[in-house]
Amino acid sequence: MLRYIARRLAYLVPVWLGISILAFALALLAPGDPVRQVLQAGGIDAPSAEQVMELRRELGLDQPGPVRFVRWLGGALRGDLGSSYRTGEPVLQSLTDRFPRTAELALLAVSLGLLIAVPLGIVSALFRESIVDQAARLGALIGASVPSFWLAYLLILFLAVQLRLLPVAGASEPRHIVLPALTLAIGAAASLTRLTRSAMLEELFQDYVRTARSKGLRERAVVVGHALRNALIAIVTITGIRLATLLGGAVIVETIFAWPGIGQYVVLSIFHRDYPVIQGFVLFTGTVVLLINLAVDVSYVWLDPRVRLGAKGR
Amino acid sequence: MIGTKTRDTLAESIADEHALAPASSRPGVFRALLAHRTGVAGLVIVAGVALIAIAAPLIAPDDPTRVDALRRLAAPSADTLLGTDNLGRDILSRLIWGARLSLGTAALAAALILTVGVGLGMIAGFYGGLLDDVLMRIVDVILAFPALILALAIAGVLGPSITSVMIGIVAVAWADYARVMRGQVLSARERQYVEAARATGVRNTRILARHLLPNVLPPILVLASLEMGGLILTISGLSFLGLGAQPPTPEWGAMLNDGRSFIAAAPQLMIYPGLAISIVVVGFNLLGDGLRDAFDPHLRL
Repeated sequence: MLRYIARRLAYLVPVWLGISILAFALALLAPGDPVRQVLQAGGIDAPSAEQVMELRRELGLDQPGPVRFVRWLGGALRGDLGSSYRTGEPVLQSLTDRFPRTAELALLAVSLGLLIAVPLGIVSALFRESIVDQAARLGALIGASVPSFWLAYLLILFLAVQLRLLPVAGASEPRHIVLPALTLAIGAAASLTRLTRSAMLEELFQDYVRTARSKGLRERAVVVGHALRNALIAIVTITGIRLATLLGGAVIVETIFAWPGIGQYVVLSIFHRDYPVIQGFVLFTGTVVLLINLAVDVSYVWLDPRVRLGAKGR
Repeated sequence: MIGTKTRDTLAESIADEHALAPASSRPGVFRALLAHRTGVAGLVIVAGVALIAIAAPLIAPDDPTRVDALRRLAAPSADTLLGTDNLGRDILSRLIWGARLSLGTAALAAALILTVGVGLGMIAGFYGGLLDDVLMRIVDVILAFPALILALAIAGVLGPSITSVMIGIVAVAWADYARVMRGQVLSARERQYVEAARATGVRNTRILARHLLPNVLPPILVLASLEMGGLILTISGLSFLGLGAQPPTPEWGAMLNDGRSFIAAAPQLMIYPGLAISIVVVGFNLLGDGLRDAFDPHLRL
């Protein structure tokens, strides 16, 4: 078991290094001269050659790419991702300041999604082709097909504009979280319902379920204690992916609802060509996702005895 | 949208099932699809929207970018069946041309993703060695990200335009296909028909193109059809954020973005384009499910 976790950790190191190269290289894709863009954003429309050279040296952009990368990575390892071109604030701090809001939204949305999806998926699988099953499948299809930005506006239109139950956007009061969380939860619930249903169906036809039933176990114990327990591996995997995606910043939904998380922050930074923030965001998000994936892998140790006992190859 | 790991196992199980059946005895996939009720519904929706997209210049009642200050936010009438937007442009015409843009962009992106992903995956799987290692490490890095986030960052850095969005999406989405394809090629490489071809002295490139590709491609195409809806959502999402199609282009995501300031006064400006996206994505999702089931009845649950 420890070897399994150690192997997962060892795998993360090269991937993390790759993520950092990718994050850094992003800024090299940028068209135009970032130094001029920074000066122009600062109100100097036609900067002189000296101004450009001075700022270039100040930002360290006069050095060759590999040197800048090593410096940047060295800084990143010490918790320094540089400063925003736009505000001058340290990038890492801006991200860690906003991350709790993103995490709050992601956790609420995924929990809500699970709360809807797992019972619905189980009932749907148990009563296959019933009215409930058909309704659940239709709901899941629509939930997975509707764009989040449209769903967000439909919710705003009905719950905020017409019924005036909730505020449209912002984050100053606790009830501000309801609409963005609901938007994200519906999308999460759709894919999780589908998954729970098919994972449960797969398990319910296994021999061990027939054995459990034939030895007279109560249906509830068969479903929850046996089938669900095995279906859980798939559910945890997809939940982890969902959570990682949202923790990486629900860019669209955060932007619509002016939710002050990292997703909204990066969209703002993209429009201001604030490369240090974009680079820092990509590295930060990549790191968060790696850690969530690690947590999911570690959870298999509890969920799947084959992993625990080391019988499985991977 | 389906997460990476389900897609993976899905593609693999489709592939495994498929690999068992020799190419000659493969049942009529198209016939199986036609027997699949929801699959047919998906096919009808997708074909219908594709027709609208192709015939846009013929059927759109008005120029989608013609501004008319005299009929701003007009109610639906005989002239403008769905009314006009805040600049007096005919909403129906914009939706019809939007079908062309949205479907066209998605189709082009899918073609590029498949070409890059399938090509690199085949090369990695067939030749192995250092090239394979390097490519697969790149794939690992890309797959470590939520797809939307990375595509957003790439498109954002390149500057707002539909081309940037396309580059961002292709740069991210090829990775999944390359990995699945590589797995396919690795298992197919040891099969008898490949060994036979090699033994008779057929060149590597010919083995790849003529022997391997036709055998491993179908499951990949099923995967692609399952992913099409997600692709459309991503493209329109990035356009909605303002990174893709720019005004006055009638792209559905961008139209929704244009309409957001009029949500209280004229909700139809955002309701119609959102409905259009949803219908197309439902169509592709139904079609993808139908194709998957047609390929592999065992997976139908």
